[in-house]
Amino acid sequence: MRYVDEFRDPELITKASEEIRRLAERERHYRIMEICGGHTHAIYRFGLKDILPDNIELIHGPGCPVCVLPMGRIDDGLAIAQKGDAIFAAFGDMMRVPGTHGSPFEHKARGTDVRIVYSPADALQIARKNPERHVIFFAIGFETTAPSTALTLIRAKREGVHNFSVFCNHVTIVPAIRAILDSPDMRLDAFIGPGHVSTVIGCRPYEWIARAEGKPVVTSGFEPLDLLQSIVMLLRQLRAGEAKVENQYKRVVPWEGNLAALKAMAEVFELRPHFEWRGLGFISQSALRIRKEYAEWDSEQRFDVPETRVADPKAAQCGEVLKGVLKPAQCKLFGKECTPEHPIGALMVSSEGSCAAYYNYEYRKTASLVTEISSVA
Amino acid sequence: MCLAIPGRIVSLVPDEPHLGVVEVTGVRRRVDLGLLINDMPKIGDWVLIHVGFAMSKISEKDAVEQMHLLAILGEGEAAMTEVRGYGLEEIAEFRSTGESPGGEKGKRLLQ
Repeated sequence: MRYVDEFRDPELITKASEEIRRLAERERHYRIMEICGGHTHAIYRFGLKDILPDNIELIHGPGCPVCVLPMGRIDDGLAIAQKGDAIFAAFGDMMRVPGTHGSPFEHKARGTDVRIVYSPADALQIARKNPERHVIFFAIGFETTAPSTALTLIRAKREGVHNFSVFCNHVTIVPAIRAILDSPDMRLDAFIGPGHVSTVIGCRPYEWIARAEGKPVVTSGFEPLDLLQSIVMLLRQLRAGEAKVENQYKRVVPWEGNLAALKAMAEVFELRPHFEWRGLGFISQSALRIRKEYAEWDSEQRFDVPETRVADPKAAQCGEVLKGVLKPAQCKLFGKECTPEHPIGALMVSSEGSCAAYYNYEYRKTASLVTEISSVA
Repeated sequence: MCLAIPGRIVSLVPDEPHLGVVEVTGVRRRVDLGLLINDMPKIGDWVLIHVGFAMSKISEKDAVEQMHLLAILGEGEAAMTEVRGYGLEEIAEFRSTGESPGGEKGKRLLQ
């Protein structure tokens, strides 16, 4: 077991893993999807796979906002910034993400005014400080981040900051889960629900997964013990033949979510009829756009957007990995053409993508072991 | 971007009721409290911060655990870079001298 010394409660960890072994029926194979990219990262970092019995397989879900963003959206955002001589502000995670004509960093090297911000509020602050320039905030993220963008837009409108707009790529997690469940080759038994998304939307939006699909959902914290306890809760339900939504992360996630955050989102955003996800294709009502009341602060309504479409590379099998049909290393491009340094598929783009996490924690480890063994031999 | 960073509210901004100053392992920055308007944090309360906005109130124990988690996930440095990068004002970096858990204890955890 890697990193086990760093765990806070080694005894509780041992207890939880014993309970998992007791509950998991030997003849059964369990496929559990963790929806959130933060969970994927934690699972690899803690080496939880080594703690779990072989018949419990963790499938890594679509909850990495950088990974699922289509390349055409990056192209569009950079194109309007360039054409309008605007400041392009985005989170640091976006800076190395490749567009057709290079990443935001590469565009910066060629003269586009690209700035890293750590908060949408900082992008608005740049606009306040540079009234002669227009600032485009390239917004990404699930419901964890969308309320902050919404509040920033509310403040921009209230203050009358007219040189600021948002290029909105916010997506919603539930339709993506629905798309995965609807795909014919899907085989999943249960879900580890996202932690921070659920602080905003609460636990109710997952109830249909339990009711209509008969799959248990447990929203989980990010510590090793949280994740193991969530798996215990899921196995208990599966063993009893139940399917309900439970909340393991009660210390942070209120069942009803954060009403102020939901209100801010509803004030500013509405659902798009459909939106493209890298690896999953078009999913209806799966993303947010800015309401017409805020049109002045919407980059898409304010600028002429080229609406670039870039097809996912055919050889990359991101969709199959997202649905749990393939493991990252089973994709034809994994570790060869597609690496974290030169990502081709969506899931290699961010450290929270399942392919990048697998590459960084599993593949590199195996590769260095092979080198060591061959150097000894 | 997906980090949730624990911080302690050390002051509120008089003219801007939606802003509070948080301390995260000795670094003080303004964050937006607007998402907690239904249950506004008071000075001394702990919050989880995401992209410059306080998103939920948490206990001191959970705050310390969250810092520990960030450290063992290898995200401690990224979290501090993010907090230092919050640009709502130019507050000089403040090193806490007291024994508040957000100061020395948290700093030790992240090192």
